[in-house]
Amino acid sequence: MSGVRVLVGTRKGAFVLTADGKRDRWQVSGPHFPGWEIYHLKGSPADPDRLYASQTSGWFGQVVQRSDDGGQTWEAVGNKFEYDGVAGTHQWYDGTQHPWAFARVWHLEPSLSDPDTVYAGVEDAALFRSTDGGATWQELPGLRRHGTGPHWQPGAGGMCLHTILLDPSNPQRMYVAISAAGAFRTDDGGATWKAINRGLKSQGIPDPDAEAGHCVHRIAMHRSRPGVLFMQKHWDVMRSDDGGDLWREVSGNLPTDFGFPIDVHAHEPDTIYVVPITSDSHHFPPEGKLRVFRSRAGGDEWEPLTQGLPQQDCYVNVLRDAMAVDSLDPCGVYFGTTGGQVYASPDGGDRWTPIVRDLPAVLSVEVQSLP
Amino acid sequence: MIRVVLPTHLRALARVDGEVTVSVEGRATRGAVLDALEAAYPVLRGTIRDQLTRQRRPFLRFFACEQDLTHEPADAPLPAAVTEGAEPFLVIGAMAGG
Repeated sequence: MSGVRVLVGTRKGAFVLTADGKRDRWQVSGPHFPGWEIYHLKGSPADPDRLYASQTSGWFGQVVQRSDDGGQTWEAVGNKFEYDGVAGTHQWYDGTQHPWAFARVWHLEPSLSDPDTVYAGVEDAALFRSTDGGATWQELPGLRRHGTGPHWQPGAGGMCLHTILLDPSNPQRMYVAISAAGAFRTDDGGATWKAINRGLKSQGIPDPDAEAGHCVHRIAMHRSRPGVLFMQKHWDVMRSDDGGDLWREVSGNLPTDFGFPIDVHAHEPDTIYVVPITSDSHHFPPEGKLRVFRSRAGGDEWEPLTQGLPQQDCYVNVLRDAMAVDSLDPCGVYFGTTGGQVYASPDGGDRWTPIVRDLPAVLSVEVQSLP
Repeated sequence: MIRVVLPTHLRALARVDGEVTVSVEGRATRGAVLDALEAAYPVLRGTIRDQLTRQRRPFLRFFACEQDLTHEPADAPLPAAVTEGAEPFLVIGAMAGG
């Protein structure tokens, strides 16, 4: 029987949760790298035993780990992230210009076809690529040299490149999102980039519909329809049907359109999930009720999913990289909370169960569907 | 041989227990000890000193012989007791709690 492997990054280590295709009995492995912040770990679509993990610490800096056996053993690989050429400056919290400086890797995105190729989204925002299994990293500097670069500014969590989407139909096209700069697309393999923020409106910046400066929290796509993008912005849930050239709001009847993660059902390209959070100053669910909202219409019309989720006195957050889906049938949906719970739904969101409930604060959740 | 005591997380990263020892050619300075340490344990590159600037990470300090050597020049000689192996060179992570 097929199975799933859930990769969980937390404030104090990584955990690997496994189950068979029923997804009702879970085994927990970890903590791996105990005591370290694991911002993200993800498996290669081309080789599910190849995993990459971003291990960071305020004391000891950045380490990148690689596993070739599905997370049983790990090897530290390269951790030298050097910006290409003169690093330049971006906007700082006080409005002054501030030199670009590497802080950490927020997101690792393995290539769809080559286990040794992996992209890293880092703070201060830039995109790096390794083609040797993480041993060495090279920046794709065209992104940072986008003309809007000096106007990018950090959000409260730092100026991070947190989302990398690879277009399965076009190896030359990929999307990234940066907080707080916005979304960008390349159509030439990363050499040049276009800001794709038309249609976004953000009240927290001087020009609400500026070309760049938007605090995009997460974007997602379905692999069968890579030109359709869904976005959870600081405020507003957005959709684009033309690869990000134009966005329209699809927040519809959500109780609040603030939130962090957004994801797409594995088999239904118009079924999407968000976790509404009260506001940018109240990072917890409205009314103390943890609810995932699902739209089966690609946005605008949303239904709350509550069965198995706490519906009173719940004040956790769900961070931007902490939701994922598996590709089994029916599709499983997973998310982790800052309270240390990882919830799973084996039926597309109808019923939820905490598959582990007392981990450190969850930073990221990824899922691998295993043969 | 120079004895070096690493903080817990760096011992785990380097997969060592207890003290490690390094040998330094020529004058034993903090910089030379860290160079030797990183050569013996490449996984420690970037964890004590920044990979690019070679500057000490802000939350680490260097102690030896009951002295704080953190702000001594990297090329200053280490105490004789350290170079003779009588006392260890300590890499310390700043304490944090709450």
